[in-house]
Amino acid sequence: MTIPSELMYTAEHEWVAINGTIASVGITDYAQHALGDVVYVSLPAEGSRVTTGDPCGEVESTKSVSEIYSPVDGEVIEVNPEVDDDPALVNSDPYGAGWLMKVRLADDGPEPTGLLTADEYAELTKETD
Amino acid sequence: MTMPDAVHSAPGQPRATPLRDVHVRLGATMTEFAGWLMPLRYASETAEHQAVRQAAGLFDLSHMGEIAVAGPAAGAALDYALTGQLSALAPGRAKYTMICAPDGGVLDDLVVYRLGGDDFLIVANAANTGTVLTALAERVRGHDAEVVDRTDEYALIAIQGPHASQILARLTDTDLPAIRYYSGHRATVAGHQVLLARTGYTGEDGFELFADPAGADSLWAALTEAGERDGLRPAGLAARDTLRLEAGMPLYGNELSREVSPFDAGLGRVVALDKPGDFVGRAALAERAQATARHVLTGLTLASRRVARHGHPVVWNGQPCGTVTSGAPSPTLGVPIAMAYLDTDVMAAATPGTGGRLAVDIRGRAEPAQITSLPFYRRERPAPPRTGEHSS
Repeated sequence: MTIPSELMYTAEHEWVAINGTIASVGITDYAQHALGDVVYVSLPAEGSRVTTGDPCGEVESTKSVSEIYSPVDGEVIEVNPEVDDDPALVNSDPYGAGWLMKVRLADDGPEPTGLLTADEYAELTKETD
Repeated sequence: MTMPDAVHSAPGQPRATPLRDVHVRLGATMTEFAGWLMPLRYASETAEHQAVRQAAGLFDLSHMGEIAVAGPAAGAALDYALTGQLSALAPGRAKYTMICAPDGGVLDDLVVYRLGGDDFLIVANAANTGTVLTALAERVRGHDAEVVDRTDEYALIAIQGPHASQILARLTDTDLPAIRYYSGHRATVAGHQVLLARTGYTGEDGFELFADPAGADSLWAALTEAGERDGLRPAGLAARDTLRLEAGMPLYGNELSREVSPFDAGLGRVVALDKPGDFVGRAALAERAQATARHVLTGLTLASRRVARHGHPVVWNGQPCGTVTSGAPSPTLGVPIAMAYLDTDVMAAATPGTGGRLAVDIRGRAEPAQITSLPFYRRERPAPPRTGEHSS
């Protein structure tokens, strides 16, 4: 499983890349592999607010459906339109073309907390593998 | 995100099939299913599904239970134990049948092969093999026949899809066109003695090979090699489930259970009420055959991209009217499909023009659904041979 070292992770298998005040969010390689072929991703509307740890979308695969939990607090400024047309991008390129949404971090909100480093996430997925 | 639990093996040691090392070599994602460690998928389950529809797929089904019933009274014993009239089955032929409880509830659905006059082989679902074995042993008592669990003596490999026959033909001298659907014969395939049956669970033409576990690796390898140029792929349980769902075939634990009769599932044809003699469940099943079923198994097609799954409520004008038994995104049709038990009166009312009022409640949101007759997918069959031969 690929776990890029420059990203942060949640124990629920989302990844987040924070660049200034913008956080890009997706699901991990481990997650896409466990889910199998992704056929549909439902994401929050642009402009809506997401809260750390709250469900903000769903990933439908052949065998199951999983909720996506927001790794950060803030406002959704963009969702990936390519994933709507071609959900298989989440399988083929989960950290790249298969990204899910971009969130502007809340000015008044706390700094993102509870995120895992790549090493910590690798340890977590190793245990349950 | 919430993760599917199927991918992680549960505590306890699941049983491995004779082909486990092959699956590991192929990089399969393994899952525990009915106490067995099985390949869920090798790469993309959608690609595996499509390979079976368009070319061919290779399945390890060694988790299925094989139970031999043999003896001079084996046919009579099975007539008493099962819903079908197995004594009337010609040697070499197979039959889809069920074993029911005295109240008519389904204990399992089965395929029974008559290997010879006194010799039957019953294939049971992995999860139910113990139940079937116990019930058979009890019901056969007093007949001159013996019930033996032979699950460990067989590896079961299925090759399914439009190219299955031409691939297999490269490995055997057996005249494959002479093997009719739902029949099984002893044959030699790639040097292995097998029971070669034209049966399956995918909605495609195909064969199932009951083989010696010791030679399973080499048989799998021979089939893989023979099928390479025809697009044969190994296929896992995930593809098997979407294939059988498109083909409208019931799965025990979903469409079939102890709580439903064969009639509820639209499979009353497996109950031979006209066969002579008593059989377990006869009185209850005769009653169910006469009564109007309270609910009926039907197909549903969804307009949404969200997928109806096992257990989701079905609603008619906002009122609960049934439950989804199986659901998946259909790779062939490109939309979510499902099977569901619906109240009989709603079935009558929910005609195609009114599809908008029928819905599946998917996590609190009603997604419009349309009643669709089963199966969702039917393969194109070659025109029947004009030799006057009857097929059954």
